[in-house]
This record gives sequence, C-alpha cells and structure tokens, in this order.
Amino acid sequence: MIQFCLRRLATLCVTLIAASAVVFVVMEVLPGDPAVVMLGTEAQPETLAALRKQLGLDRPAPERYVTWLAGFVTGDLGLSQTYRVPVSELIADRLAITGPLALAAIVLSTAIALPLGLFAAARHRRLGDAGVMAFGQLGLAVPNFWFGLLLVLVFSISLGWLPAGGFPGWQGGIGPAMRALILPAVALALPQAAILARVARSAILDAMAEDYVRTARAKGLTRRAALWRHVLRNAMIPIVTIMGLQFSFLLAGAIIIENVFYLPGLGRLVFQAISQRDLIVVKDIVVLLAGTVVFINFVVDLLYAVLDPRLRSFRT
Amino acid sequence: MKGLRSLVVLGVALAWSHAAVAQKDTLALGMSVEPPHLDPTGGAAGSIREVTYANVYEGLTRIDRNGRVQPGLAESWTRADDGLAYTFRLRGGVKFHDGKDFSSADVKFTFDRAMASDSTNAQKWIFAPIAGVETPDARSVVIKLKYPVGNFLYNLGWGDAVIFAPESAANNKTNPVGTGPFKFERWVRGDRVELAKFDQYWNKDAIKLKRVSFRFIQDPSAQVSALRAGDLDAFPSLGAPETLDQFKADKRYRVVVGATEGETILAINNTKSPLNDVRVRRALAHAVDRKSVIDGAWSGYGTPIGSHFSPLHPAYVDLTGVYPYDPAKAKALLSEAGYPNGFALSMRLPPFPYAPRAGEIVAAQLAQVGIKANIELIQAPQWLTQVFRERQYDLTIVSHTEPLDINIYARDDYYFGYVNPAFKDLIARIDRTLDDGERNRLYGEAQRMIATDSVNVFLFQLPKLGVWNADLDGLWENSPIQANDVTQAYWKR
Repeated sequence: MIQFCLRRLATLCVTLIAASAVVFVVMEVLPGDPAVVMLGTEAQPETLAALRKQLGLDRPAPERYVTWLAGFVTGDLGLSQTYRVPVSELIADRLAITGPLALAAIVLSTAIALPLGLFAAARHRRLGDAGVMAFGQLGLAVPNFWFGLLLVLVFSISLGWLPAGGFPGWQGGIGPAMRALILPAVALALPQAAILARVARSAILDAMAEDYVRTARAKGLTRRAALWRHVLRNAMIPIVTIMGLQFSFLLAGAIIIENVFYLPGLGRLVFQAISQRDLIVVKDIVVLLAGTVVFINFVVDLLYAVLDPRLRSFRT
Repeated sequence: MKGLRSLVVLGVALAWSHAAVAQKDTLALGMSVEPPHLDPTGGAAGSIREVTYANVYEGLTRIDRNGRVQPGLAESWTRADDGLAYTFRLRGGVKFHDGKDFSSADVKFTFDRAMASDSTNAQKWIFAPIAGVETPDARSVVIKLKYPVGNFLYNLGWGDAVIFAPESAANNKTNPVGTGPFKFERWVRGDRVELAKFDQYWNKDAIKLKRVSFRFIQDPSAQVSALRAGDLDAFPSLGAPETLDQFKADKRYRVVVGATEGETILAINNTKSPLNDVRVRRALAHAVDRKSVIDGAWSGYGTPIGSHFSPLHPAYVDLTGVYPYDPAKAKALLSEAGYPNGFALSMRLPPFPYAPRAGEIVAAQLAQVGIKANIELIQAPQWLTQVFRERQYDLTIVSHTEPLDINIYARDDYYFGYVNPAFKDLIARIDRTLDDGERNRLYGEAQRMIATDSVNVFLFQLPKLGVWNADLDGLWENSPIQANDVTQAYWKR
C-alpha cells in the first residue's frame, strides 16, 4: 500500500512538470501580446515597453519558466497581470464558489442516480426500468445550459424564489450564498445524474448476472439480500470511476453553467485569463487542475482497494 | 404558535410597507465586461471607465451626457491668446476618499506621472503637447503647451486624465481613491464592484444614490434574465438587441436606444493588392447594403454612416449617399479595375458580438459581386497583435469607440495603411485651430476626404441599447465617452 502511494506520488510530480512545460510553451506561442491587450490600440511603443518591463516580460522565456516554477513549488503563485492581485487569492476566491458548487452537484447527482439505477436494475425490463432509461436519455440529450435557462425562467423570473445568477460572496452570509448556488447545482447535477444512473443500472445488472450471485441465491438469500450484500459492492467500481471523472469535469468544465448563472467560478477565471492573456493565471490554474485530476484519480484508486479486497493483495 | 405566526406576518408586512414608503437609494447596474482593475491611467479597457468615470475619479474637466466639456475639479479656466497656456482655477474644499485635501500639487503629480518615461498611460498622446505644469498656489494650475491643441480641454476630460493623489496612486488599481461622489467599498471579483456615497464630496447634496453596485454579466441571455428577475435595476448597454421588444412591451422597464462613439467599419488593408486600388474599395462600398447589415447584426438598431464620424457631433456630415448600395455598379467598377470575375480575400473577425454577425452578412453581399471573403474568427489579443499591430489581414470588422478619432487616418503606420499627405495636413490644421466653427468646417472636409478615397466601408454607428427600471431616471442616453455616470441618477419614487 505504501509502495502504491509512493508510485502515485511520483506520477503526480511527473504529470505536474509535464503540464507546466506544456502550458508554458502553449501560452508563449499563442499570438497576442499581454501588454498590447492591456494598453489597447492607442498605446505608444515606449509605453508598451515600460509595461513589459513592469510585468517582467522583457526577460528571456527559459528564465521566466524557471522563476515561475520555483515560485510555484514554494507556494508563491505570483501576481495576476490583469487584476494585479496575488493569483493564490484569485484562485481561493473562485474555489470558494466552484468547490461547494461541484460538491453539491456531485452529492445531488449521486443521491439521484444511485437509487434510480438500483430501482431500474431491480425492475429490469419493466415499466420502472423504461422510465429510468427515458430519464437518462433525456438527461443526456438536454444541454445543461438550456436546462439552466429553463430553471431561471421558472424559479427566478416567474416564481421569484431564487436569484437568476451572480454570487453575493460568503462574507454576505451563508444564506444568500447558498441560495445563489441552488439552481446552478441542480443544472449541473441532473445531466450528470442521468449518466450516472445509466452506468449504475448496467453495472448492477452485470453484477447480478455473475456466478456468485447465483450461488448466493442458491444458498437461500433473497433477491434483495443478494443485491445489497453482494451486487452493490461489486457494481460500485465502475460507478466510482465515473464519479471521479465527473468531479474533475465539474471543477473546470462547468464554464457554460457559470456563464448562464454568471457565477465567478474557476472555469470562467481560466476562460477570462486566456482571452486577456493573463499568462500567469492560466499557467497556475492549469497546473493546479492537472494536479487535482491526478489526485482525484489517486483517491479513486484507493477507493477501488477499499471496495475490492482482491485489489489490495495485488500490490499494484 | 398561532400568535407567533401572526407576529411574523405582521413583522414582514411592516418591513414591506416601510420598504415601499422609503425612497429607494441603491442602484444595481449591469455591465457586460468586468474591468481588469480600476486605474484608468494604467489600462485601456473601457470597462475601467464604465465603473470609475465621474463616479470615483474626476478630472480638471469632464465630458457631460451630450459630449460637451464641463468644469470638473477646475471650476474655471482661461486660455492664453496664442493657445500655448491654460490657467485653471481649482475647486476649493475638495477631498480625496482617504481624507486628504485636493490641491494643485495633485494635478502636477498626475500630469508629471502620465508624461514620465515609465508611464503606462494608454492615452499618453493626451499629455504629449504639455511643456510643463506650474502651481502658483494651491488652487491655481498653469499648463504650458509646446503647440496649440484645439481639443485640449476636451482631451483633459478623458478618463485617462483624472486626478490622482501621490499617496494613493500606486494602489488605485485595486483600491481606488479619487475625489468623486462615490468611494470604493468592495470588489467581489468576477461578480461585482460596490461603491458607496462619499460623505465629504464637494457637491454631496446633488448626489441622490447611497450605494451603487456594478455587476458583470457577459452572456446576453443571462443579462436579460437578471433584468427580468429584478436582480438588476439597469443595463445601460445591453448585449441582446433581439430582446428589446419584450422589454418595450413591459411597463416596468424603460428602453432607451442611444448612440455610442463607436464607428463600426469594414476595415480594409489599403496596402494590399487589389485593395490598394480605389476602384476596388469603391466597389466594396457599393456592394454592401448597410441597412441589411444593421438589421442582421443589431436587430435594426444603429445609424448608418458614410464616413468615420459620430452623427451626434455638430460637425457631422451625412455621407451615406456617396456610395449607395448598387451591386451592378460594384461589378462594373471591379471589371474596370481588371477583376471582372472577382477575387478571394480573408476577413478576420474579432469576438465582439457585432463583428461575426455583421461579417456573415457582408460576406454574403460581397459574394453577390463575385468577391469571396473567407471568414476567420479570432480572439481579441490575436486581433490586436496580428491585425492591428502587424496588419496581417485583408478585411476586418471593428467598432472604433474612441470619441473624435478621425485623426487615426492621418497615421501612416495605422492598420488601414492609408497614406494621404493632404489628409495629414488637414488634421494638423484641425489640431491647431482654436475656433470651434472653423474646426467643425475642417472636420467636414476631413470626413469627405476619407469617404471619397473609400478608405474603409463605413457601416454604422454602434448604438447603446439601454434598459432600466421605469422608476429610475438620470442615466445617460448616449455614450459620448465610455462611462456609466450615475452621479445624476435617482429614483422617481
């Protein structure tokens, strides 16, 4: 187990260094000078030069790469070129929205998907199953931004129960902040739940067809008891895999929902930073996200080992 | 239990009636783009001015809602007969938000800082004519010029020339300190900037609002939702023209279609063959039907223009009739220039909402006369670097939002690549002309000259589509300068 963790840690480091090099090179070759972006069309060459000097862009690329990486490793993420505040502060602000949002969405989608999957599998090829499959199909087919707009139309504009978007900040109290996250969390969770419910259903069905289930039934366990005691645990492996992927997606891939609800989340920060050529912010976030994804995969691997004792003895 | 419930109901009812009776004194105002920071002397983004201009910072002069020069921190001024010196009398009793008294030393500091070699002022040209700033006493400033500048007082009204204090200038990007009626409260990055009334403002009785919140919503349909849900009181420049009818039909809102200083043009690279042939450029102008471009790009809102000049300006000359929509004439001109079968070229479009929409329609119209325009959508930084700086383009569509910017046609290195000594001479004469009437006549001449040369295809003046609560008044209808001046805004009830 320790060996397993160490190997994973090594993978994490290699991934981070590779990600940092790739993102640095990509941002270098991307056309668009940050100084020109900030000073616009009327800026004179000497003004641009003064700004480049202020931003440290006048130094050679390898030097900038090393300085940035050294800062990153020691926890100094640098100063955002556009906002002129520490990047760590920016990211912390955004994570205070994206983190709870992703968590709420994943909890909600799991809470919807697992019972539905179980229900459908238990009523395989009956009306309930068909209903769940139809929900799954609908959830996959409906784009989440459209669903988000629909939620706004019903709950904000017509009923006036919840704000149409924006985020008042946690300092304004937990109540308003939570209210601001309800609709986006639902909009994010439902499509995810649709995917997860389908995966759960087929994983449970697959496990139910296994020999050990027949043996368990032969030993006299009821269908329900076999399902709870044997099937569910085995079926959890593909489900946990999908949940891991979904959580990674929710951290940065929720840009569309953040736009619909104009939430200042991490996804929008990356998007904005790319379009304003705030190089340092893009680099920091990409590397952090790469690290997070590797870390989530690591947690998923650990969960495999917890769920399936056979994987522990293999000493992966 | 029942008693408790009725108590709660009573409490809510009381709170409700109290809210209904009290005059509303807060404003939530929507903007499409969040400012990168709040220092207009160190960045070109219009969004910086849309939060801070007139609200947080003030200059010696200011531009009012009609585009006229008004006294700002200078209550009066005199110009030397030769136009080489301005003497400003500063307002007394003015304080910065941190409590510091405003004086002539702050003016000198501000201008010296903008002129310095390490200055990052995006409009450094405003200060280029200044020979020196003198401060005879705390309430007098004398600005000496190297040569007369007709628009000098107007230029000092730009957001880039607002007055900073030496104590706070360095931190104004994140903690703005000005002399304006509203002081900075907090910035929830990505969401909103909040301002509160400054109690020591020199003209505080004229300010009706207590708090103003600027909220940033990029997605046009989200802008509409926020207005309809009541999260916002106003969206002075709405990005969704197709939704205006729905607001017009609703009594709770007021829809105000004004104009900006944005001349939206189909810019032409005049240095590239065959576009360097004036007959080809005229053919392009005849091939484009401005009306259908405006209908398609901005739901019919927007004034057609025939030159690079704002229809709001007194010197405006209507030149939309110089090259009327006439595909047959366009084809004839192309044949005359040696391209009877047309040709292909690139159209590189920036991501501003009007550009791709207008681009599709213009490309379809050019195809009618045999010109195949290959559309390429690019990001704003790429546009600025490759199209604007390096001139790597044939055609592009962009709105030139600076006020009174016809002088860009006098710059040889500008991205149009238009070189005309007679025009340069004309602009130099305008710059040095101090008489308004004569200057306006010369501006008319300048408009005709670039229209005749068909430097670009002039499409339309970008409108300002404002939607706000019907009970709200005092916001600007037009946008003669990039600003959301809320100093005169108030609730009618």
